[in-house]
Amino acid sequence: MTKTYKLYIGGAFPRSESGRVHPVHDARGRFLANAAQASRKDLRDAVAAARKAFDGWSGATAYNRGQVLFRVAEMLEGRREQFIAETAAVEDLSVEGATAAVDTAIDRMVWYAGWTDKITTVLGTTNPVAGPYFSFSVPEPTGVVGALAPRQSSLLGLLSVVAPVIAAGNTCVVVAGDRALPAITLSEVLATSDLPGGVINLLTGHVAELAPWLATHADVNALDLTGAPETLRPELERSASETVKRVLPVGRGEPDWTREPSLKRLRTFTETKTVWHPVGT
Amino acid sequence: MPTPPPALPGDLAEATRDDSTLKRFLHGLPGVDRVGLEQRAADLATRSIKKDSKLWAIDTAIGMIDLTTLEGADTAGKIGALAAKARRPDPDRPDTPPVAALCVYPDLAATAAEALNGSGVGVASVATAFPAGRSSSRVKLAEVELAVSAGADEVDVVIDRGAFLAGRYGQVHDEIREVKAACGRAHLKVILETGELATYDNVRRACWLALLAGADFVKTSTGKVSPAATLPVTHLMLGAVRDWRDRTGLSRGVKPAGGIRTTKDAVRYLVAVHEVAGRQWLSPELFRFGASGLLNDLLMQRRTQLDGHYSGPDYVAVDQ
Repeated sequence: MTKTYKLYIGGAFPRSESGRVHPVHDARGRFLANAAQASRKDLRDAVAAARKAFDGWSGATAYNRGQVLFRVAEMLEGRREQFIAETAAVEDLSVEGATAAVDTAIDRMVWYAGWTDKITTVLGTTNPVAGPYFSFSVPEPTGVVGALAPRQSSLLGLLSVVAPVIAAGNTCVVVAGDRALPAITLSEVLATSDLPGGVINLLTGHVAELAPWLATHADVNALDLTGAPETLRPELERSASETVKRVLPVGRGEPDWTREPSLKRLRTFTETKTVWHPVGT
Repeated sequence: MPTPPPALPGDLAEATRDDSTLKRFLHGLPGVDRVGLEQRAADLATRSIKKDSKLWAIDTAIGMIDLTTLEGADTAGKIGALAAKARRPDPDRPDTPPVAALCVYPDLAATAAEALNGSGVGVASVATAFPAGRSSSRVKLAEVELAVSAGADEVDVVIDRGAFLAGRYGQVHDEIREVKAACGRAHLKVILETGELATYDNVRRACWLALLAGADFVKTSTGKVSPAATLPVTHLMLGAVRDWRDRTGLSRGVKPAGGIRTTKDAVRYLVAVHEVAGRQWLSPELFRFGASGLLNDLLMQRRTQLDGHYSGPDYVAVDQ
């Protein structure tokens, strides 16, 4: 059956406000499905949904967030065969290659699920100060993070971008371009996990059309441009600076997603808060 | 019954003569075509307003807002903060027009009047045992007098829905007349609380009843009852004030209140005002929005229009 997929905003699956759809092809140009083509107003709605979800998600206990992320990993595994088939199709991989990518993606989710209640310990400190105070620094989530889904690694890359963002307690809006099929299936997985609606919002469409609106949106607090085309990056970074966004520093091209990640993403999407507390007598 | 004001033409004056003529008049009003009304409201709501027209609509809507705070927890400090926001809604952009009025409970009207002194922003006070209207006539009138003496330029009163629904139109009429007299020079806005009136026919009757009794404005709701303002009800009331103007030559205002939160909603109301009542009503003299959250959304949209990118709630004042 040929399908026409929709967007994933605020835990629901709406059509694009614009009514547009576009075809998704496999790596050899064969038609796979139709997907909604998001407009800037869909993006605005997604940011509003992410903002709405932020208080609840960032306020949830780290332990609870870890459980939810682990549940997402379980649900990913339940759809393993589908992900393998779709990843193989859009990335033109062999079945073995796709299997390896999907299994690594599931492991990546479990890895970040374990990090949720360790971030504070590892990235936070108690500071030695010259006075009768306790002084400690703790990482807090930055807010709403905008991300562009990596193009080459459609599932593993996407999860490696999204998982640290939500593990740290942020909510996010992700724009996926022309290899969006695994991303769409991921949104179906997220909707049936325990992830609260709005924590991850997934838009399919043209990256070049949507990215400038994401980068300039004043209610987006940080950007991950790993998935941005090289030609767009400088302009996006410039416009992000106008609304004082935190932008993840990334190198040229996409990193090797199969390597175990560093803490760079968790660190970038948290803000350090330092508290001084008087010592009792 | 008190004698009607001389401005009313014969048939309308005759309608207010006593209880039975009033009932005959109100029940003689044409019935409302529910499906037609809702369809027309929905059709006009699809109209798209963009670019310069949108900016104009946003500024017009800001100038029509009765910035409202009607909470038990209101304090003088909160009124002060809201008054500052009413004078200058977006301090980063001084060309943003001020709102029309600040709407508060009568005990805080004096505070509001002091905070808004000389700004051109009006002070509106609710009265008559808002929001339920369940008290004696004496208490209600005393409350109106309190509001007016505290410096309210506009008084928002509720009708006695119990009496109205029981068919005691004369009682409702007389009460509004007395309140109008007590208002003196202050403008009288009569809240129909359409969410409790059950049918569109009742809304039309209540609207005419309020106009006959001397209301300067008819207002949909208190904001404490759901559903509050809806587009079809506002269409109906705009139609009534237009008919009232045609029959008497007097222009009366309409104020939808409650449940209008987004710029998109506000623009739909402005389209309705233009299409149903007429261009003359696109002014704060004759059309107001009773709202609190709407202003922030208008300000964000205004920034979006001017800056060319989306704005966020971090850039507008929080009403707390």
